[in-house]
This record gives sequence, C-alpha cells and structure tokens, in this order.
Amino acid sequence: MAKNVHNDYKMKFSVDEEYPDLSLHNNHMAKVLTKEMYAKLRSKSTPSGFTLDDCIQTGVDNPGHPFIMTVGCVAGDEESYEVFKDMFDPIISDRHSGYKPTDKHVTDLNFENLKGGDDLDPAYVLSSRVRTGRSIKGYTLPPHNSRAERRMVEKLSIEALATLDGEFKGKYYPLNGMTDAEQDQLINDHFLFDKPVSPLLLAAGMARDWPDARGIWHNDAKSFLVWVNEEDHLRVISMEKGGNMKEVFRRFCVGLNKIEEVFKKHNHGFMWNEHLGFVLTCPSNLGTGLRGGVHVKLPKLSTHAKFEEILTRLRLQKRGTGGVDTASVGGIFDISNADRLGSSEVNQVQLVVDGVKLMVEMEKKLEKGESIDAIIPAQK
Amino acid sequence: MAHSFGRILSSKRNVGILSLIGAGSVTAGFLLKREHVSAGAGVRRVYPASAEYPDLRKHNNCMASHLTPAIYAKLVDKATPNGYTLDEAIQTGVDNPGHPFIKTVGMVAGDEESYQVFADLLNPVIKERHNGYDPETMTHPTDLDSSKLTSGQFDDRYVLSSRVRTGRSIRGLSLPPACTRAERREVERVVVDALAGLKEDLAGKYYSLTNMTDQEQQQLIDDHFLFDKPVSPLLTCSGMARDWPDARGIWHNNTKTFLVWINEEDHTRVISMEKGGNMKRVFDRFCTGLKEVERLIQEKGWEFMWNERLGYILTCPSNLGTGLRAGVHVKLPRLSKDPRFSKILDNLRLQKRGTGGVDTAAVGSTFDISNLDRLGQSEVQLVQTVVDGVNYLIECEKKLEKGQDIKIPAPYRK
Repeated sequence: MAKNVHNDYKMKFSVDEEYPDLSLHNNHMAKVLTKEMYAKLRSKSTPSGFTLDDCIQTGVDNPGHPFIMTVGCVAGDEESYEVFKDMFDPIISDRHSGYKPTDKHVTDLNFENLKGGDDLDPAYVLSSRVRTGRSIKGYTLPPHNSRAERRMVEKLSIEALATLDGEFKGKYYPLNGMTDAEQDQLINDHFLFDKPVSPLLLAAGMARDWPDARGIWHNDAKSFLVWVNEEDHLRVISMEKGGNMKEVFRRFCVGLNKIEEVFKKHNHGFMWNEHLGFVLTCPSNLGTGLRGGVHVKLPKLSTHAKFEEILTRLRLQKRGTGGVDTASVGGIFDISNADRLGSSEVNQVQLVVDGVKLMVEMEKKLEKGESIDAIIPAQK
Repeated sequence: MAHSFGRILSSKRNVGILSLIGAGSVTAGFLLKREHVSAGAGVRRVYPASAEYPDLRKHNNCMASHLTPAIYAKLVDKATPNGYTLDEAIQTGVDNPGHPFIKTVGMVAGDEESYQVFADLLNPVIKERHNGYDPETMTHPTDLDSSKLTSGQFDDRYVLSSRVRTGRSIRGLSLPPACTRAERREVERVVVDALAGLKEDLAGKYYSLTNMTDQEQQQLIDDHFLFDKPVSPLLTCSGMARDWPDARGIWHNNTKTFLVWINEEDHTRVISMEKGGNMKRVFDRFCTGLKEVERLIQEKGWEFMWNERLGYILTCPSNLGTGLRAGVHVKLPRLSKDPRFSKILDNLRLQKRGTGGVDTAAVGSTFDISNLDRLGQSEVQLVQTVVDGVNYLIECEKKLEKGQDIKIPAPYRK
C-alpha cells in the first residue's frame, strides 16, 4: 500500500541520481530505456502501486548474456502495459518482430482449424506438448501480488478446475501440503515445479512467500496439467508421448475453453485485449503465450551446416530437452514455435506441425546419404 | 552543508515522528495521483489482515516466533515516512523458514524509523535475540576508548590473526533493503569523501566494484578483501542485492589493516585486522579509525544512526548496539575435540565459526572464535570478553598439551 509513498519519496532525488547504470547491459529494457524515458515514466504508478523501477528491477539486476537477449522487465499488473507503454511498446516491437502499437492480435483456439498434426513419425518425435499462460483479471501479477491475492488466485483456480470432468477430471496438489509419496510421483512424472532459481525470476519478486498458494493440478490421465502461481497466475500444459500434436492441441483448446468458461461465470475472465492478446507477466509471452513443441531426434540434421537457417526460416527455435537454457542430449531437441504475438494459436501450432514434419523428412534423407538442398524452405 | 540531501536530512532530524498511514488515506492518494488507464482496469483490492497473514507454521526464526496475527493486523497498514512496510521488513523471514538448529532473525529494517514504526514486532525480536535486552526500558552503553583494554596480546603460536568488525549507517538515508539508487550512491559519496580525509597509517584508497581493473580485482581477491554479490537467500530476499554492483565498493588503507565495505549488507562495514595476536593494536586502530571517520562525516553535516536505546542502528536487528564482532583465528586441536568445548565457549560468551566466516566449517582445528553478544554491553566490554575468553582457551589448550585437566569456567557475569 505504501508503494506510492515510497515512489513519491524517490521523486525528491534527481533523474541523474536515480537512473540505473545500464552501460554493461544487454537486454531489451536496457536498449530502450534512455534517461529521458526514465525521467518521463518514473513518477507514474499503476493503480495498484507498481512503478517503473519495479518493472525494470530484474533487468537492472541481470545485465544479460552476450548472446541471448533477455527482456529485462516484467509487468506487475494488467495496467503496467498501459501506464508504461512508452517503454513496453518498443520492447514488444523488438521482441515480437516489429509488432506495432496499432497492430491487432488474433486469438484462435479452434483446434479444428489445424491441418494434419496426427502423423508425425513417433520413431523420431518422442513427445508433443503445448503450453500457455493465463492471468486472472482483477488480480495483480506474480511480481507484485500480495499473499491474499495469490491465495485468491489459487482458490479460484481450484474451484474452476474441480468442475472439470470426463477426460479433464483431475486433482490439485498444493505445494505446501503434498505428501512425500505425492511429491515423488509428481517428480517422476516430470510435473513438479520447484521454487525458481533463475535470478531473472527471483529479481522480479515472483518467488516471494514460496510455496504459499502454489500448486499443481493434473487430470487423471496425466495429459493436461495446470501450474498455479509460478511465473504466471496459471500455466496450462497439454502433453503426451509420441507425435500426435493434433490430439495434444485439441485437448489444449478444449481444456482451456472449459476453464475460461468457469472463470467467466464467476466474473473472473482472463486478462486479454485485442492489441496484446493474453496478458502475462513477461512481455515475451504476450499474444498467445503459446509454446508448442516436440522432443525430436535429429542427430544428423542438427549437425548440418544449415540447421540454424532452416529453423529460422520455419519460425522455430531449438532448446535442450531440459527446457529453456539447457543443452541437447543425444541429438534429441526440443523444437517449438518462436513467435507468440501477432499470429494465432492455430498459426503457431501449424508452423510446428509443418516444420517438424519437414525436418523429420530431412533427417531421413540425411540418413540415406541424400542431400536436403531441394527441400530447404523459403522464409515463412 | 550539501545539496538536496541536506534538506532531506534536516527534515528527518526528528526521528521520533512516525507516519502512520491508514489504508483510507493511501487509497485517496492513489485516486488523486493515478494516471488515466483504460476503462475496466481493476483497482487493487484491499484485503483484511487475516487474509494477508503469512503462513509461518513451518518457520523457525525470531520474526515467526513473535509475529502473531494481532501484531500483524496492527502493523500491516503502517509505513515509515519513506514508505517502508511491515511486509517488506518480514519478507526475508517468510521466504526463509529457517533451520531446525539455527534460529535466524527473519526480518530487517529498511530505515532508521523502522525500529520505531514496527517496534511492536521488533522489540520482542530484539529481546529474544539479545538475551532479554528490552529497548523500551534499557539503555545501551557505547565505549570506543580502546585504552581500557587489558591483556590484549595473544600468544602468536596459537592465534593466527585478530580482527574486529562493525557496521555504521548514515543517518537520513534508507538502509540497503529499501534504499533507492540515489540514496545508495549518496552513501558511497559521503563515505568515500570522508575516507579520503584519513591520514598516515589510515591513509588509503577506494575501489569501486563497478570500476576496478582486473588487476585490482585479483589483488583484492588475493588479500581476501573482495566481497561479492550476496548469494545467501537470507540477504537476497530482503532486497539488499538490488542494482548490484552499483555504488558498492571497498576501501582499504595502504597497510591493508583497516578496511571499509560500502553498501554490502549495511551502509558501511568497518574492519580492523592483522596477522598474529595483537588484538590491542587491532582494537586501537578500530576505535581511532571509526572516530576519525565520524569526525570527517560530521564536518560535512552528516552523522551515524545511533540512539541510546539501540546503540548503532544497522540493517539486521542482530547487529544492533555495537554491531561488533571481535574475533581471532586460533589453533585449538586438543580443546576442540574435548566434549566440554561447547560448554566452555557458552560460559565465556563466545561462539565458534569456521575460518570462512559464518556458516562455514573449521579447517584443521583452526577456529574463528568471537563474541556472541552485540547489544547491552559496550565495545570495550565485548572486546575484553573476547580477550579474556581466548586467553582462557589458550590456557586450556596448553594444559591439555601437558596432559593436565581443564575446568569449565563459571558462566560469564557482566
């Protein structure tokens, strides 16, 4: 509550004295936040009391990597993207391939619009997964929320998820109450998330009060999973072994729509607007917030000179099988969509489906000693 | 007198003024100041204290022991004049439940006023941590007259090094958990400016963490002077590491016996040290150096945070009073294996640590032995306790060498 008092206190000091030293920094925030912009925005505060310094703390504390460009700022609530528009707009443009402040984002969670996706070769595609995030309107986001707000998000989520039935019937496991047996099972299923260790997240304040009001819900079939109060209010994940991305996406869309209906009925819709799509904590996840991907064996293609180029043209990115910031093991890669904002869920999953199919073809050709030059795609 | 900071300082001289901010007036402030945002944007809900009260069931720290729902409800809407809140003060204790064996403090102060605004919680915490010291009724003695120290020369065959450290905060500027970048930079300026005025055996040089050359950095590492960004979650959760390494640095004198850390866990940490057992000389230099730095900042219109109830005001309540840890690295191969070792230390009001400092293990029976207490006794008294205690430990070690038996000393009486 006293956040504005503190910000008013800070205004007594000059811009020169307060402006952060970003000379060694390499993140989107540092590229964009000039002293003039800082001067213009520093007196502002969202209605809940989130300030510019709160947004940028993670980017000040984490100068970044010479090769990887991190975002360097977060939103503390839905209004952050509006109040600090002057900073967020250029960051969003830079991160999301030139997305303009006047652009409109299309949301399409109609799984029937996906073509194919049920015929990825399981000899190569080991698993398929689609994840996204959702924020509950009216509550501040993980960098800023109070304990009571976080607990309300958990309470609403548990209530909503408890209404699901059929293939979505499941159970909630609060982090702060699970038995050892439950914990072991969740670890074995690779479902359990732990307190963040990344300084990018810690510096943004998302791990406060851990593990209060954090938990994991999953359906009995273990193919649909929801994380509550980790980096976002909700992270929703649909997954299964093998290459049936079509089915994974169907379950993703159906499940999400069901959950959203329940939240809306209780007057708590998801944060969404026609410019930014789904509003999430990190600007990198705006739009669809969707990462659809597979674990796929590409030992030959991954060592091909044009591998990176192919990925770029297909609008895909690679990660190790441990997720972001991990290395590949045994030629198995996590391949997913690179885009989030400016194209729909269907578009993005379509790119994954088509792109992975093509790359598996390339792998097979390389196995036979054939060239892949003829099937290298144009830029999508 | 300086600039804008001078004005802020003079308005804060009346440290007793509290800014009690109820939820109503703060909300009004929001409505008056808020920028226009798109229609339908939610205003932050204000929840009752009971909905916000932290889950402390698995916690074992001083804050958790004393933060009842009633005290939480009483303090949760308050803020210091700079806007520091209870939730901020206790965040480190909520995030770090503690160790079953070690009882951490579990809260920090964001500014000098925290100790008054949140007194209902801090006083019982202080009382528990400092053996019954009651800030409401007791006064803390400050005594930096090192000439009073007796027998301060240890046997160099046992004592490898001697060291005294404390902290000092600059009145009028917020503490590391809460300070803005401007305040932190002002602390650096004020202190570096004062240190530049030290002369003779105290004359030295400042090395800013942002600006040091690779060579300087290596030298500081080799001298064991360089401090790095805190990794302990006890510290990082309280916000002390924000904006690292901005306005952080190390100053030391040319002879490398007097060292000042700037903007680490406190505004300043002041350290006097040398190899061998001449604790007297270490303490002399400590007192002289501190008094000289104080004189130099006072010339510019600044002063240290101090009051007669709590002594020197520092970030962590465990360092109130003297903020002093006087210690030695001492070889006690036989005594350390004696089952009575812990009891002897307890009765002498001493603690042992490994030679890497707090939370480390001893290496090859060389221990870091220092005073347990900080508040309620003066600097002279505490260093004398260490001197008398370490002399006793060495006597025990010598007795054990000769095959003689040792005695557990009577519990220390002031």
